[in-house]
Amino acid sequence: MNKNKGFRRFLILCVAPASIFFFLFMIVPTFQVFRMSFFEKGAYTPQETFVGFRNFQMLLQDTKFIRSMQNMILLVVVVTIITFAFALVFAGILTRETIRGQNFFRIIFYIPNILSVVVISGIFSAIYKPENGMLNSIIGLFHKMQDPILWKGESLVMVSIIIAMIWQAIGYYMVMYMASMSSVPVSVYESAGLDGAGRITQFFQITLPLIWTNIRTTLTFFIISTINMAFLFVKAMTSGGPNGASDVTLNYMYSQKDAGLYGYSMAIGVVIFLFSFALSALVNRVTERETLEF
Amino acid sequence: MKSRKHADSGETLYRIFIYVALITLAILIIVPVAWVFMASVKQNSEFYGNPWALPAGFYWQNFVDAWNTAKMGEYMLNSVFVTALALILLLLLALPAAYCLSRFQFRGRKFLNTCFMAGLFINVNYIVVPIFLLLRDGDMWLKNVLGTSFLLNNLVVLAIVYASTALPFTIYLLSGYFATLPHDYEEAAYIDGAGYGKAMWKIIFPMAKPSIITIILFNFLSFWNEYIISMTLMSSASGAKTLPVGLLNLMQAQQSAAQYGTMYAGLVLVMLPTLILYICVQGKLTQGMTVGGLKG
Repeated sequence: MNKNKGFRRFLILCVAPASIFFFLFMIVPTFQVFRMSFFEKGAYTPQETFVGFRNFQMLLQDTKFIRSMQNMILLVVVVTIITFAFALVFAGILTRETIRGQNFFRIIFYIPNILSVVVISGIFSAIYKPENGMLNSIIGLFHKMQDPILWKGESLVMVSIIIAMIWQAIGYYMVMYMASMSSVPVSVYESAGLDGAGRITQFFQITLPLIWTNIRTTLTFFIISTINMAFLFVKAMTSGGPNGASDVTLNYMYSQKDAGLYGYSMAIGVVIFLFSFALSALVNRVTERETLEF
Repeated sequence: MKSRKHADSGETLYRIFIYVALITLAILIIVPVAWVFMASVKQNSEFYGNPWALPAGFYWQNFVDAWNTAKMGEYMLNSVFVTALALILLLLLALPAAYCLSRFQFRGRKFLNTCFMAGLFINVNYIVVPIFLLLRDGDMWLKNVLGTSFLLNNLVVLAIVYASTALPFTIYLLSGYFATLPHDYEEAAYIDGAGYGKAMWKIIFPMAKPSIITIILFNFLSFWNEYIISMTLMSSASGAKTLPVGLLNLMQAQQSAAQYGTMYAGLVLVMLPTLILYICVQGKLTQGMTVGGLKG
């Protein structure tokens, strides 16, 4: 009996602190996002007024919001496809060949992932600088430019952000897939090679199916994190400008908070929550395959 | 014979192609980073010429300016403090919780595990506005009751928020490890007269050292580099700031003042600690990838 009581006290001492902090700073705010989206609350009006779905109705007519959704979807789709295609192919090549200096490449490719997004945006503003940035000066070598290319101008800004995001993510995923691909036994490839399967066939018929579970989980998490990374990049690189051309939904939510429209801002938050859940459910569904083992 | 030779030359071509592709990618990553290091020792006048010109000399004044005038030194201390405190808090909260949640049967265990799992899908930046409002309302209440407020613009609170929002991932990772250990370890300790706490602290935690190191590494990087929460909760213009937020302000100020050298020195100051750490532990970090693969 005494032992039982001691055990309970031990359990509570261990589990309660973490649960309380988790509850206070994650569960409560998440509920607040959903609750506040039905209220009108401003920075200077402490009273909350219940407005039902009005915030959401306003969202549907807000062209800035719709543009930010389009930008977010564009970034998620393009960055995910390019990053995964490159990372998988490179990882497939690197694990199957004996490459000299493999460790060196591994170390270099991982570097962007350890840098702060603020640092990366600083690096890329040096690259994209119109007057004598790195990119324009290289292009200038090949053909004379009348006007410098405005990489952060309205027409190119999304491309510039996509490039920066891929630069940041590609190495991380490559190193990760190298780790999981190297667990596929060489004998599988050897017997496939005897059967006359070429490199490309081996990659699609052996490598990809065998690490499919890993690809699936990482893909889901990558998509969720890209929604967030897009915000981090846009906030640091352009703040959504010029003229909202690069605005993404999370950034728009944040700017509405800065404008003091808390209820409206949280309605955007609800849309982001639902969007990211729906998207990961969709990806999970589409990528469902039978699990293979080696 | 002839076809064999053909295959060989194809093989060589393929290998050359691989190396060219790998080296190109490596250059694309390393050159911009190296360029910033180079730019950080250039004089301001050198920024109007060819961007690829080597620096005329080592102009250390940039770093002195960044450290003192732009207050990056002060921000660095703030960042060190917040990161260290958040890591300590995170381990103190997560280790015992993960241990109990993965090794004992009790009522509510399943519920808590599900909650923490769901937390993996909640991104901190989705909920940054309610966290801010929660602390702001808390401040207002404190002001009424005590006459002072201390929740916003407080580095300790920032560290607490960092630690709390890192809990789901950390607990998930640790639980996975603890669940694999056989129960014999504790039973032997109990027979020797150790209590629950002692068995956990002296027997189990030392065995989890590799996982703990992985957790420290990943969370060090995410706390050190984080800027959205820090910017929101430390919004007072005169108050303390962390390094990335200070750098962001420096970059925005630079657009009008054109203090290029100082800005690049600031960039170097932010990335140098992470790069040094990375060089020391790169093996560990890329090994930890398989477990860290789920990190958002």
